[in-house]
Amino acid sequence: MSEELHEIRLRVNGAEHTATVPARRLLSDCLRQDLGLTGTHVGCEHGVCGACTVRVDGRPTRSCLMFAVSAQGHEITTVEGLAEPDGTLHPVQRAFRECHGLQCGFCTPGFLTVVSAYLEDNPDPTEEEAREAVGGNLCRCTGYQNIVKAVLRAAEIRREEAAAAPGGERAAGAGERR
Amino acid sequence: MATRMFGMPVQRTEDERLITGKGGYLDDLGAGAYAAAFVRSPHAHARVRDIDVTGALDVEGLVAVYTHEDLSGPMAEPLPLLIPHPAILDGRTPYALAKEYVHYVGEPVVMVVARDRYVAEDAVGRIAVDYETLDPVVGIEAAARAERVVHAGMSDNVAAHLVQEVGDARAAIAAAPNRIELDLDIERSACTPMEGRGVYARWDGRDAMLRLYSSTQTASGVRAAVAAKLGLQLGQVEVVVPDVGGGFGVKIVHPWPEELMVPWAARALGHEVKWAEDRREHFTAAAHERAQRQHVTVGFDDEGRLLGLDVDILHDNGAYLPYGIIVPIVTSTQLLGPYKPGAYRVEFRSLYTTTAIVTPYRGAGRPQGVFAMERTMDAIAAHLGMDRADVRAANFIQPEEMPYDQGLLFQDGRPLIYDSGDYPASLEKIKKLVGWDDFTAYRDAARAEGRKVGIGLACYVEGTGPGPYEGGHVQVETSGKVRVATGLTTQGQGHQTALAQIVADELGVPMSDISVTTGDTRRMPYSVGTFASRGAVMSGSAVALAARRLKEKALRIAADALEADAEDLEIVDGRVQVRGTPSAGIELGTVAVLSNPLRYAFDEASKAATQFTGAADYTRPPVAADDEPGLEGTDFYSPLRSTFASGMHAVVVETDPETAEIRILRYCVVHDCGKLVNPLIVEGQVHGGVAQGVAGALYERMEYDSGGQLLNASFMDFLMPYASEVPKVEIDHLETPSPLNPLGIKGAGEAGVIPGAAVIAAAVEDAEGFAITRMPVSPSELFHLRRRFDKGGIAPLPGAYSRTGEANA
Repeated sequence: MSEELHEIRLRVNGAEHTATVPARRLLSDCLRQDLGLTGTHVGCEHGVCGACTVRVDGRPTRSCLMFAVSAQGHEITTVEGLAEPDGTLHPVQRAFRECHGLQCGFCTPGFLTVVSAYLEDNPDPTEEEAREAVGGNLCRCTGYQNIVKAVLRAAEIRREEAAAAPGGERAAGAGERR
Repeated sequence: MATRMFGMPVQRTEDERLITGKGGYLDDLGAGAYAAAFVRSPHAHARVRDIDVTGALDVEGLVAVYTHEDLSGPMAEPLPLLIPHPAILDGRTPYALAKEYVHYVGEPVVMVVARDRYVAEDAVGRIAVDYETLDPVVGIEAAARAERVVHAGMSDNVAAHLVQEVGDARAAIAAAPNRIELDLDIERSACTPMEGRGVYARWDGRDAMLRLYSSTQTASGVRAAVAAKLGLQLGQVEVVVPDVGGGFGVKIVHPWPEELMVPWAARALGHEVKWAEDRREHFTAAAHERAQRQHVTVGFDDEGRLLGLDVDILHDNGAYLPYGIIVPIVTSTQLLGPYKPGAYRVEFRSLYTTTAIVTPYRGAGRPQGVFAMERTMDAIAAHLGMDRADVRAANFIQPEEMPYDQGLLFQDGRPLIYDSGDYPASLEKIKKLVGWDDFTAYRDAARAEGRKVGIGLACYVEGTGPGPYEGGHVQVETSGKVRVATGLTTQGQGHQTALAQIVADELGVPMSDISVTTGDTRRMPYSVGTFASRGAVMSGSAVALAARRLKEKALRIAADALEADAEDLEIVDGRVQVRGTPSAGIELGTVAVLSNPLRYAFDEASKAATQFTGAADYTRPPVAADDEPGLEGTDFYSPLRSTFASGMHAVVVETDPETAEIRILRYCVVHDCGKLVNPLIVEGQVHGGVAQGVAGALYERMEYDSGGQLLNASFMDFLMPYASEVPKVEIDHLETPSPLNPLGIKGAGEAGVIPGAAVIAAAVEDAEGFAITRMPVSPSELFHLRRRFDKGGIAPLPGAYSRTGEANA
């Protein structure tokens, strides 16, 4: 028995990739095994834990619930693509480090991708909203205490940077990039 | 003087790679490896009649299929019983692949190796195993009744039976003015790290060397076990532990069947092989913990002081006993908490069932022990009409009584002697933090509004940092960079940061110059592992001692070079200098150059160590007889016995009068782990522990049906808390240093989880007015308890506990 393979082109973190995969290959496995982007982690393979979350056209998406072949034509961002090209960390990455928002780090890429997207729509969340924002991702180490803090801190960093940037605070407002 | 790093909330050095996707977890390695998958038993108890692999043979990409028949020598024998104990009556362990019988759903029967995991699982699906099903034994009651027996050749299901006694507890109870009995019950839960187990093996046939990567809590343990099973010398096996996505105890078990089969297959095939556990495998085929039934009989005086305590424990150890009886031993000893029990008798039976094995999960038997003792304290308070905090205070060991000998043997095989602690001070702190004394008014006001609120308190003592030992190796490179290695592994506790903080202070070098390696037998082969909250205590002490050795040597060499007295030297920011005259100094990297007499220069700096430079003392060899080349220090820390951390939790809950939903309004923690190396990390450990405590009290359980099928083996059905379920945690610290180790520290990893079930049961009980004796408690269970209570089936508090066995049974 052999299965049919498909040549696919994926746009990941701004770069074009090609892979040859069977139709059943999960996007998570394709990213990790075919493209070598192992920052996306697989925690349950049934869409509950959120560790494998990537951004598909900006929206947080569980890559274990999507086939690689269906990801063609979409813009995918993984944890490896969150930092600026010059290596400057994304505010969410900085906030997680500052607030001790991770311990073993396995679930962290999923949180980072989720929160990076959330803050673009909700630049100034309350603590309760921050907790809600990460409410679809499992973490077994932190008890979520410092993750919630990190969401709030990331929002603060974004606002600080927007205020410091040319053009002022408007840049951090809702609707940016969406 | 450089800033002292010990005690500072330093940001973690491991985070940069972990937040950028550059971590290297087990399944991130071995891109070219074959993938393994396992045919696992679908039955809880069965005899394997036949295995037919023919259906799998035409799967393209299949590499190999193995059954027990393919194994020989030690590989065909049962896995080791890791911690033998005289109380073990019949210690059964599994085979790497099932030989004739299977004893739980998920037990590996056939190994498949294929091009990738998809193909391996295709093949798994095409292998037909013919089973003769046998009677399952599920739950403690069935195991104790022994109408059905798990293991052939046994007449009952008792794996181990141990009685420990200090004084004559039964006589003391009989003579006591007050006596009550409690029946308590705790369900199974599990560690459930976000990353499951995983193994990746590379066999180098030319060198006859095995490199094994495992997501484990013990590199040295895996190395010894794999070498023994594969018939290799220890020197032929290297175990490297990559980034580990959480452990919480389950990954201390070794060798797992898969951990043997993967390297065995890699050697047999001459090709890299990898297995990464999936979530369902982790639920069914890793390990669980907690399940116990306890019967407590206690005698006490009218002030609530314990006179005699008699505890009978039935412990479910699952299908096999690879980790021995550590969990029930910990329950029996740590149950005592911060109290003087009077005369104490504890008896446990550890029972086989046809379910997943039971091995330590964060807390490791303590949550059950604390549940027994703290439920007892609350029952005494109810019986006497006393304040629950006062009953506890009446029984505390006082600070001036330290060290305090409980008269028992602890889980490390050493006497249960508490080294230090100040329980009255902790109680004052927790009462203040939660507002204990003002709560009655709050509760009454809430009741007047039709709300049900309750408060609970629970205390614990945790033996941490058990031996036998850990080692540290510290080396200064000629660049001045410092390399630190310790053998134990890390899985999120921030050891790379904490150990670097300790070495930075000891050596006087900046943290940015220090790199720390854990869990790599190439760097530190002598080690035990990461369990029992021992990482910081054991390896922290070991690297401190190793750094002190190195510093002594550095000062000696620098003193020669600077023509100064070593006593007058200090190391500041990586430079050895004369105290008070910082201009007279030498870089630590240069000292490293001088420490290694050279024939051949390899760069500008190393010229200083060659044979024609500088003044030589012709009366001495270049390396003195009692010295050795290189600027490094190795030392080992081996404690006399465990050090005892402690703490108290208080929680306020509100229960919905209609739906019985339980909401935590406040969760307060007072925590004493001696000196804090890094408060940021310690608080993180407490947070995570509390979350698991709340989970075990309100949400998580392993739901086996009577046939031994695990009904909730997925994150859809096993209620692991999200952020919405974990309350905000309020923490206050107390620091009573340990006198046992050079840094005064005690372990912190497990503490947060330990009193969770006890404190939440106490608060729910306080809100409801009747006894809570089973955990976890779900809204539907609470709802039904209320109905029974309303019909008079459960006695109201106080006095409820004197009705033995009726409450909530």
